[in-house]
Amino acid sequence: MSEEHDIVCRCEEVTREEIMEAIRLGDDSLDAIKKRTRAGMGFCQGRTCRRLIVQILSAYHHMPPDHFLPGSIRMPIAPIALRLLASTVDGDTDDPSKT
Amino acid sequence: MKHYDLIVVGAGPAGSGAAIEAGRRGASVLLIDENDRPGGQLSKQIHKFFGSQEHHAGTRGFIIGQALLREAQEAKVEIRLGWRVWGIFPDGSVTAANDTESVRFHGALIVLATGASENALSFPGCTLPGVMTAGAAQTFANVHHVLPGHDFVMVGSGNVGLIVTYQLLQAGANVKAILEAAPKLSGYAVHAGKVRRAGVPIMLQHTVVRAFGHDALEAVEVAQVDDHFQPVSGTGSVIPCDTLCLAVGLTPRIELARAAGCAMVWSGPLGGMIPRHDRHMESGQDRILVAGDLAGIEEASTALDEGRLAGIRAAFRLGLISSAEYEELRTQAQERLDRLRQGPFGEKRRLAKEEVWRA
Repeated sequence: MSEEHDIVCRCEEVTREEIMEAIRLGDDSLDAIKKRTRAGMGFCQGRTCRRLIVQILSAYHHMPPDHFLPGSIRMPIAPIALRLLASTVDGDTDDPSKT
Repeated sequence: MKHYDLIVVGAGPAGSGAAIEAGRRGASVLLIDENDRPGGQLSKQIHKFFGSQEHHAGTRGFIIGQALLREAQEAKVEIRLGWRVWGIFPDGSVTAANDTESVRFHGALIVLATGASENALSFPGCTLPGVMTAGAAQTFANVHHVLPGHDFVMVGSGNVGLIVTYQLLQAGANVKAILEAAPKLSGYAVHAGKVRRAGVPIMLQHTVVRAFGHDALEAVEVAQVDDHFQPVSGTGSVIPCDTLCLAVGLTPRIELARAAGCAMVWSGPLGGMIPRHDRHMESGQDRILVAGDLAGIEEASTALDEGRLAGIRAAFRLGLISSAEYEELRTQAQERLDRLRQGPFGEKRRLAKEEVWRA
């Protein structure tokens, strides 16, 4: 990987240039940028890049950062293997008085 | 499904405080944390806290964490470590997974104490091995007893940057400089004094603009910044180093609160977007209370007392204490919090907090 690239979303390896290009094409929200570039769709689910992309959007549009936050957040909010997700079981009921 | 009076997500100081207070008053409490050890950031903190006795002054952070774990065990709190909560639902169910299974629990009430994550910077070379957050370096050094490098540069002169710098020095590292983009120091003078006496220069109005290296970090280019934090051309200089630590603030981890439907408010002094809450730590979503860094970035002592407040509130909501008892305990906790929110740093947070309560 070239050190010249300024990577904003490290999970999906999306560069600052790609984010800027998306904004120039009219993407004016975290979700729009995510759909075009995949920024925020990786393992950390935007925990690293969300704030950076908001800074870029905020500077470009001269709007306060909260205008662009929080963006859409959906479950599962943490990475989980699909086989575990699909086999979610009820916690044990070892204390009958509590059920 | 297994039912609890209270499920607490996050076993840092805030979550531990909440679990202990509710558990002591007879609530059945499940305390869940994704990490293998409890205490949150306390488990990495080898320095002694200052302040007053009621806030464990003179005790090292990780010892406070161990003490909280014992208190939680004595309060009959069920603790699940290594479990990551991935979902929360309107009926009070919370889903969590470890490496082998995913399980659903039910809580009459839920305290979210999910803490914060460290902010990143993006610049050419920022993904080179050797570029890491200050918290990552602290985990290497203080938890695993491994120095991730020899020659460090630290970005950020807040308390995290200053304290981690000092701990890296104690572990035998060479810290070549601390860079601070603002025109003045952002952490406590007492911490800055320690690193300055150890010979570490603090370069104000400077930031990192580029990292160099083939397979790993070999050097960073730093430059002076103007009043708008933009690098001034012609001021760049190169510092050879193998590790660059970023200590540029924290962002509340709002994902679970958001998934639970909590309304959000923006507070710059408290770290950005946080769930709206009142002085009882109630979020406005019926079952959900919030505490600690999630409810605004502050310090471990503040997080602990906010957590205690949330735990007392939960006990009251569950009918385990009377409104008179609640009011007395709440007042005590609020007085401790007010004492922590004094001074030039604390005052700003206290005002920001009061603004959130009014939102």
